[in-house]
Amino acid sequence: MTLDTLLDIVLRLVALLLFITVTVLALTYLERKVLARIQQRVGPMRTGPLGLLQPIADALKLLVKEDLMPAKVDRLLFWMAPLVVFVPAFVIWVTIPFTRDLVVRNLDMGIFFIVAVSGLSSAGMVMAGLSSGNKYALLGAARAAAQLISYELPVVFAILAVVMIAGSLDLREIVLKQNVTPYIVVQPVGFLLFVMAGLAELGRTPFDIPSAESELMGGPMIEYSGMHWAMFFLAEYANTFALAALATLLYLGGWEGPVLPALLGPVGNVLWFLIKCYLVIMLIFWVRSAMPRLRVDQLLSLAWKGLLSLSFANLFLTAFYRYMGWPDVVMLVVSLALAAGALYVMARRRRATAAHPSVRLVTREELAR
Amino acid sequence: MTTDARPQSTPQTIEMMVNMGPQHPSTHGVFRMVLQVDGERVTGMESVIGYLHRGTEKLAEGEMYRQVITLFDRLDYLANFNNEHTFVMVTEKLMGVKPPERAEFIRVILLELNRIASHLMYYAAFGADTGVFGTTFMYGFRERERIQAVFEAVSGARMMHNFMRVGGVKNDLPANFDAMMGDLMPVLERGVRECDDLLTTNEIFLERTQGIGVISAADAVNLGLSGPNLRACGVPYDVRRAEPYSIYDKLDFDVPVGARGDCFDRYLVRMEEMRQSLRILKQAMKGLPAGPVMATNVPKGLRPPKGEAFVCTENPRGEFGVYVISDGKDRPYRLKIRGPSFVNLMSLPTMMRNAYIADAVVILASIDIVLGDVDR
Amino acid sequence: MTTHGAQPPTPAVTASYPELEAALKEALAGVPYTSEYILDELVVTLPPEHVLSACRVLKDHPRLAFDYLRCISGVDWVANLQVVYHLWSMSLRHKLVVKVNLPNDNPRVASVIPVWRGADWHEREAAELFGIVFEGHPDLKPLLLYEGFEGYPLRKSFAQGVKPGREAEAAEKPRKAVRPPAEKPPEKGEGAP
Repeated sequence: MTLDTLLDIVLRLVALLLFITVTVLALTYLERKVLARIQQRVGPMRTGPLGLLQPIADALKLLVKEDLMPAKVDRLLFWMAPLVVFVPAFVIWVTIPFTRDLVVRNLDMGIFFIVAVSGLSSAGMVMAGLSSGNKYALLGAARAAAQLISYELPVVFAILAVVMIAGSLDLREIVLKQNVTPYIVVQPVGFLLFVMAGLAELGRTPFDIPSAESELMGGPMIEYSGMHWAMFFLAEYANTFALAALATLLYLGGWEGPVLPALLGPVGNVLWFLIKCYLVIMLIFWVRSAMPRLRVDQLLSLAWKGLLSLSFANLFLTAFYRYMGWPDVVMLVVSLALAAGALYVMARRRRATAAHPSVRLVTREELAR
Repeated sequence: MTTDARPQSTPQTIEMMVNMGPQHPSTHGVFRMVLQVDGERVTGMESVIGYLHRGTEKLAEGEMYRQVITLFDRLDYLANFNNEHTFVMVTEKLMGVKPPERAEFIRVILLELNRIASHLMYYAAFGADTGVFGTTFMYGFRERERIQAVFEAVSGARMMHNFMRVGGVKNDLPANFDAMMGDLMPVLERGVRECDDLLTTNEIFLERTQGIGVISAADAVNLGLSGPNLRACGVPYDVRRAEPYSIYDKLDFDVPVGARGDCFDRYLVRMEEMRQSLRILKQAMKGLPAGPVMATNVPKGLRPPKGEAFVCTENPRGEFGVYVISDGKDRPYRLKIRGPSFVNLMSLPTMMRNAYIADAVVILASIDIVLGDVDR
Repeated sequence: MTTHGAQPPTPAVTASYPELEAALKEALAGVPYTSEYILDELVVTLPPEHVLSACRVLKDHPRLAFDYLRCISGVDWVANLQVVYHLWSMSLRHKLVVKVNLPNDNPRVASVIPVWRGADWHEREAAELFGIVFEGHPDLKPLLLYEGFEGYPLRKSFAQGVKPGREAEAAEKPRKAVRPPAEKPPEKGEGAP
């Protein structure tokens, strides 16, 4: 390896790190603003114009905060756990392409690498909970572990279906194959599965039992403060952006788009990539603001009974369609039918409630009898 | 460690004690729940209260009747008018005073507005407890702020009004009250509809609340449960209809009654009660007569004759009762407050049978307690 | 507050419930009770040893059916203590007040939890505020007061604003009025009654 290539890699890594840091800070600000607007408030307004300096204030606060380490903890694990959670979140960005040439290092098995490495952060959560010396943290970590493991499978199967259609594990190839139709058209169920299971992997509402456990007892991160806690926090946002980026690359056509590349060249492609990513992120924030949280057993039953069966069905159908060599429109129709069936089954409870309202109005005459 | 070669058929588990409170993010006040947990299931629970005990009953024995009204504001601090009204009714019953018609109408308007405000607060906290991050809070409080603006215009205070008096109310409504209410009613109707749309048909909300925290009607009556909690079990008991007071027997409204006695029915009953309160408000505004707001035969120094009286009214939380024994002096001899949340809280262990830990918070939120009422 | 031993005499009666009285007479035959009307309530006074059996009858008798216990209050009449039960019937929609007089030195009465489970906390509160012992109550520990609280606050002998154990020094210093008395009496019409 010559000095040139080494310098090239280092520059790319630094640029990536800067980009991720800025993005994560921007996401914290954006989330607060978007949530606030949905909730009829305005969000941060005082730190800087329109509250734009709020993430910097948050970062400074976390940096100067006292970093406590309780006496009973297992020191090595306690210290390492945030790293085990944060490092994979950063490492997967190494193979995510922003445009055809804008990637730190493209791998032919890019998506496989990403799935494998991101699974490591589950171990980090469990380490955090185990080492804290706190029974609530332990319980929270056990639940987090169960959740994270259960939702790996639907994610992987959804990705497998896309890989089957594209015929490659290379992210660049997958995007290039979507130049005619983005895969969301061919795999709507897969997109839904990917986003839902991905939300559960992130630990976000409605699947945020680990992090909102603090309402009840305390999650695996209960004993962390200061910079250690900031690492968990940053990892979560970096993972959110990674999920959005993957959804864009796998389903929404990546960096391809109509007008901007012609006008601005490669910058136009990057813009399209970012626009699509942020659309997915808005969807994630929107879901967070409006949905209650699932209970742990409901969460697990949704994963193993609902999403897994759906992802199997999706994979089987995709394989069948590839084998038969049918045109894309068949896959679209079948996929939509599958999605409609799934939604119908899920909405059973709502329909049953609407059809038989359990509350009736009792009039004065009826009461007098 | 056993030396037996055969493994044990069921693994030994130890029950864990989980302590929730007295400070916790679910904004129900200083209340402590000690749960005994086996894995995920709650096997036993104990409520610890008394963190907000201010000795209201003892204090009242040293204060004149007019001063006691301020104590009542602070009992169920989300339904101030309802509390004041009950106490004022007891004293009026002891003294044989009847307030004028206009005062009764004003009282009912304020009572029903307070009921809506209280149920909006319940909606806000209930949504927050099921996991909706803050959205239900803002939706509920937005409407509540509008109601509190009306309260401020009428009585001068957003919460602790000290507005009801023995024989009527303290002062007449402001001149622009009709206009204020005319603006407020459609806004409230739309607000209630928006709140409903956000949660009621949400699948996750349904999964979190249907079939959770069930209590049977027989158990509920035996435990003294009251208010929307009792009506959700199917018992159509509303004090406004069972023992009508004020002008409620002249007003046309229905009583929502549930069927299953679970958290979802309790929620639905309260949402429906808000609509019925809006209906009452329309009738009261239309029928508001002119006239004095204070009875003329009320003496300056309140000295009820010797006697005792017990009056129950329908608080947003349930049946609020005040028992006053008077010995002819200007201070009550004994004042006993039957707080609905105090009695409702007794049914919590029954509702929590076989619940998950995550359900414990939801069940507690669905009973809608206010600690000022529980501890007095 | 001056000591006041006797209970209030019967005030003006504003209602009467003949069916209820007849049903009571039939149901509580054998129980030496007295009944009177106070305003619009029928008040029945029972001796303490009959409380549990009478309450069972009040709940189970078809023409009484008092299945809803509204409230249990303790009252300190200085000469004696008293427990007051307010009852309501969901099916027949009538109400009743039951009073039990207890001696000051050993106030014991049976707990009515076997009849109404909702008596639980009411009795705990009366026990800690008045010192009444409810026999048969599963867990009569303090409810509202903190652990280690001495004395029974709602008894008339418990001086308000005085920490238990420091009555002597409080008796030496008279309590100051919060506001000095006004120079002239308030004018007519000033302030609401």
